[in-house]
Amino acid sequence: MTLLSVRGLTTRFRTDRGTLTAVDDVSFDLDAGETLAIVGESGSGKSVTALSLLRLIARPAGQIAAGTAMFEGKDLLKLSEEQMQAVRGDRIAMIFQEPMTSLNPALTLGVQVGEPMVLHRGSTWAAAIAKAGDLLDRVRLPDARARVNAYPHQFSGGQRQRAMIAMALACQPRLIIADEPTTALDVTVQAQILALLKELTRETGAALILITHDLGVVARYADRVAVMYGGRIVETASARDLYRTPRHPYTAGLLASIPRLDQVAGRRLIPIDGQPPDLARMPPGCAFRPRCTRATAACDAARPALAEAAPAHWKACFADAA
Amino acid sequence: MRAYLVRRLLALIPTLFFASLIVFTTVRLIPGDIIDMMIAQNDIGSKVSRDALEHALGLDRPMLTQYLSWIGGILLHGDFGNSLWQQNPVGEEVFSRLPVTFELGIMALAVALTVAIPIGVISALRQDGLGDFLGRSFSILMLAVPGFWMGTMVMVFPSIWWGISPEVKFVPFHEDPIGNLIQLAIPALILGTSLSAVTMRMTRTMMLEVLRQDYIRTAWAKGQNERGVVIRHALRNALIPVVTLIGLQAPILIGGAVIMEQIFVIPGMGLLLLEAVSRRDYPVITGVFLIVGVAVVVINLLVDLSYGLLDPKVRFR
Repeated sequence: MTLLSVRGLTTRFRTDRGTLTAVDDVSFDLDAGETLAIVGESGSGKSVTALSLLRLIARPAGQIAAGTAMFEGKDLLKLSEEQMQAVRGDRIAMIFQEPMTSLNPALTLGVQVGEPMVLHRGSTWAAAIAKAGDLLDRVRLPDARARVNAYPHQFSGGQRQRAMIAMALACQPRLIIADEPTTALDVTVQAQILALLKELTRETGAALILITHDLGVVARYADRVAVMYGGRIVETASARDLYRTPRHPYTAGLLASIPRLDQVAGRRLIPIDGQPPDLARMPPGCAFRPRCTRATAACDAARPALAEAAPAHWKACFADAA
Repeated sequence: MRAYLVRRLLALIPTLFFASLIVFTTVRLIPGDIIDMMIAQNDIGSKVSRDALEHALGLDRPMLTQYLSWIGGILLHGDFGNSLWQQNPVGEEVFSRLPVTFELGIMALAVALTVAIPIGVISALRQDGLGDFLGRSFSILMLAVPGFWMGTMVMVFPSIWWGISPEVKFVPFHEDPIGNLIQLAIPALILGTSLSAVTMRMTRTMMLEVLRQDYIRTAWAKGQNERGVVIRHALRNALIPVVTLIGLQAPILIGGAVIMEQIFVIPGMGLLLLEAVSRRDYPVITGVFLIVGVAVVVINLLVDLSYGLLDPKVRFR
């Protein structure tokens, strides 16, 4: 069953250098309980896509210019600010990249984790803080119930990210958006946090949008993958399919640039030459054209649209399937 | 915490020692000494010689001896000496006037904060909007208009236009609390608004800074409304530097009170100080300054302690 259906999402930012389109005509569907990974380099528009869904784009500079995002029968992009506040933290929760700065330094963990229940469930503070203790225990924060009155600076980065997950789970949301949840953490902690996130979403039946630049994360935790480049989705397929047969040259390049355990020993990693596109000065044709090894004249003339190249495998590229 | 307090209180000793030295010597260096004034005012020059008068007041002793006997009196008996004119004890005089100045200062501070914090917050929330523009204009105006001018205008114009002049007879709080508050309201308002300008700008700047933080985005993502984001999540973090600023403004507040007391004829420490300075009444001047010095240092200690309430990272060690 489709939980979230995004069509033609376009988000623009006004900057000193003119208007840039950070998210350009992005469409995707997400089933209940499914995990979708949105993968891309910095500036590919993956975080802005997530923030646009919750309408947390910094205004007035940023603006959602077009699109629909149907979630539980409502278009998130058309809700009033009050209706949107009722969705945030209750039906859709978000986990951010920086656990060190995403928690309020002046409030106890119990208050911050319990707050969504006060806002959305009419819970009293005492009950919410007690429940926060249970949630923190569930995300395996050591000594959780005794530490609800502790402040964020008394915890490590990994522990804080656990607290962020507990906060996201507070109202049992149907969708959790995790924006690079492990980028700021130690490598040893990253796997723990992702495994925890995956386990808890499976238990609660929540869908997960996992935003990452790490294809290794994708392979292990995602059901489906959308690869973004220059504000657009350039390829989307099941995680397994995308790994086996990447069909967009960019995806293929990404996969060639990371080490894999199943590859021939001694094979060299191949970086993608060039720089990501400048969103304020996008070329008229395909955004990946300047870095692409398989580009043709057609790539300069128009932008390729996302089209089904194989069953349930979509790509936006003029070149023939690899 | 206790060790911290003890250490801070011990640190008061050198501070106040140097303050007392500076105050004691500088007042005696003001041009025009008290002997000349006494002689000029009372026409006693023919009867009493300058030297005899100086000797009678104890001003002929070496400066060091005078200082030691003054500071010794304070430390040993809590005696701030006597006024050179009225011969009444300085300590009594100062402490009887202290509550009036204190009341005026607290009222002015209350005005300053109730004006500054909401305007600063609204200004930050509506950055570059009409509210921000009005708030900032108000703040610049308050910075530019001196309190003494405002006070004088408030005294002068109503009496010219409507024949109303403010009560010049002071009503003590314990006699008529309401009348007392009404009387102090106008000077407190003027003093408070001029203090609010800087505080408002600091609140605005800090709010803008805090509203950009990641944890504010987290608060929005939880479904908080603007009110909740501002009050629960932003304000407390934004107020930490504002509290510091309030501590730093304490001497300005006292300076302003001196002027307001003079304009509105309020018998506080300010008026006492002004009279003492114009009459070169050295023990009174030094007494007032020393007590004001203690007050400023204590206020700043309280400010430092209040960080502990606002910022959980602060530990007093």
